[in-house]
Amino acid sequence: MSSQSEAPKLEVSDELVIKIKEMHKWYGSFHVIKNVNLDVYRGERIVICGPSGSGKSTLIRCINRLEEHQQGDIIVDNVELTNDLKNIDAIRREVGMCFQHFNLFPHLTVLENCALAPIWVKQIPRKEAEATAMKYLERVKIPEQADKFPGQLSGGQQQRVAIARSLCMNPRIMLFDEPTSALDPEMIKEVLDVMIELAQEGMTMLCVTHEMGFAKTVANRVIFMDGGEIIEENNPHEFFDNPQHERTQLFLSQILAH
Amino acid sequence: MSTEISHIAGEHPDLPPPATEVGVIGWIRHNLFSSTTNIVVTVLTIYLLYIILPPMLNWIFFDAVFSADSRDDCRAIAKAAGEELGACWAFIGKRFQIFVYGFYPVEERWRVNLSFIMMIAALVPVLFDNIPNRKLGLWYSLIAPVIICWLLIGGMGLTPVPTDKFGGFMLTLTIGVTGIVGSLPIGIALALGRQSHMPALRMVCVAFIEFIRGVPLITLLFVASTMLNYFLPPGTTFDLLLRVLIMVTLFSSAYIAEVIRGGLQAIPKGQIEAADSMGLKYWQSMRLIILPQALKISIPGIVNTFIGLYKDTTLVIIIGLFDPLGMGRASLADTKWQGLSTEIYVFVAIFFFVSCFSMARYSLYLEKKLHTGH
Repeated sequence: MSSQSEAPKLEVSDELVIKIKEMHKWYGSFHVIKNVNLDVYRGERIVICGPSGSGKSTLIRCINRLEEHQQGDIIVDNVELTNDLKNIDAIRREVGMCFQHFNLFPHLTVLENCALAPIWVKQIPRKEAEATAMKYLERVKIPEQADKFPGQLSGGQQQRVAIARSLCMNPRIMLFDEPTSALDPEMIKEVLDVMIELAQEGMTMLCVTHEMGFAKTVANRVIFMDGGEIIEENNPHEFFDNPQHERTQLFLSQILAH
Repeated sequence: MSTEISHIAGEHPDLPPPATEVGVIGWIRHNLFSSTTNIVVTVLTIYLLYIILPPMLNWIFFDAVFSADSRDDCRAIAKAAGEELGACWAFIGKRFQIFVYGFYPVEERWRVNLSFIMMIAALVPVLFDNIPNRKLGLWYSLIAPVIICWLLIGGMGLTPVPTDKFGGFMLTLTIGVTGIVGSLPIGIALALGRQSHMPALRMVCVAFIEFIRGVPLITLLFVASTMLNYFLPPGTTFDLLLRVLIMVTLFSSAYIAEVIRGGLQAIPKGQIEAADSMGLKYWQSMRLIILPQALKISIPGIVNTFIGLYKDTTLVIIIGLFDPLGMGRASLADTKWQGLSTEIYVFVAIFFFVSCFSMARYSLYLEKKLHTGH
């Protein structure tokens, strides 16, 4: 794979962490995901894009079982996603997720938001969990907001707290579901910076986003979805400069036009 | 010309607001005289207060007689003082004990007093979280009801007092507090059950809620007092007060469940998704994430239901239990004090108002405390 000149070379190991095989999903009679196959290796940064309703959010939400798939296999870290609650729990411990609307817990302080899951899911003592939480809040550069409530923060700060909250569980894979779509343009950068740093540290990331600049700098693979199918999949260089499929070309011409 | 000093664009400093916008004058302007309608309402209100307040205060305080032996005595005392006849509070004074304790044996009434103090002490750690040693206090709150129950009923070393001796304010408090404390957890369970993915559980909860809501409380109380005898095996005695407590609790829990369901529906789906994605179990997400928020939203509705329940305790008069209202009506039969129903009802009204208003204020306090800017 040809590496981009300005991007730091990021290691991708050959350890398979997510394997999606012939996966289908229906909402009622509506066929949302059609025969998706995807292999993700440790250290990969995958950007998934596509028009709205193309199933890209649904796809990553299937990976941690926020949505149920009806056919095909999803294997995360050698654990297969089935109805077995034990498997679901095991996968959710390994997979962190950030949402478009942050979904912070408004009745808890920033610090409590971050320490909650380590305390209750991993049974880490409160003191220790809070220390870890502070460490991650420092990493997303908002330790001074630790005692505030989410409602008192800006959107960009809230999303960074949400990232810190996921990191506190020490996940091996991070899913991002349009993390910057609900943000003012001024705040998008602060969130992307955190995500870029995360990528540079070797986190395996799957990111649904329309931030093509982000895709160009950090992604090692870009996936284009439409109508529930993966239409095209390539390294960012090829994807943007030389899109193969007609629908990809149309999509790119539309989002890059302005 | 304006006196405004020119500033460089982007460097205008914050100036203090004009004097008419802040302080007492600002408050009066904004709240009492902000518009023509507001001025009219303000003036009318002042006039109404002028008409109502003086005679009311005269009747309650200035012309009232506080100690006398009969109604005629009251009249004579007022006449001697050259006043119009106000309230004859002496009647309430003479009947006060029975209003508070009902027919509870006089020599055992210390048990009621002690129970009351214990109840207050048990409520404090539950209601306020900024007290020292709250954890210890909560343990006490958990065992206090058992001790209070033993104190009131007796047995095991204490003289047993049958529950038909309960009456007056202690009866109201017994039913009201039991109903409130019991119906909240049952209501929460019903609300969660109604949202469950298990059809059988959901149907049981819906059926229960809809049945209880669809039947008047009086009917349930009648069922409690008479019908249950038909259903229970002959020879079993089932305390009347206990039946009332159960019925009132179940009745109110159905309402609480619906209030909380409203709160649960107001919580965005993203909250449970975030909890799920971090691996929290169902009960953990409910306890730590969903219920704290849903209950906070539901506070006005919950307290509304509790106030309704507290006042509905007066309905027990129908099945022969004497709450303050019942005691008052019974007192009116006393020939020495005939015709003093106004005093009785005003007195009972004040008692209920103080209780209910306290609950209302507490709910406001709680809402304010739990407000975190979302």
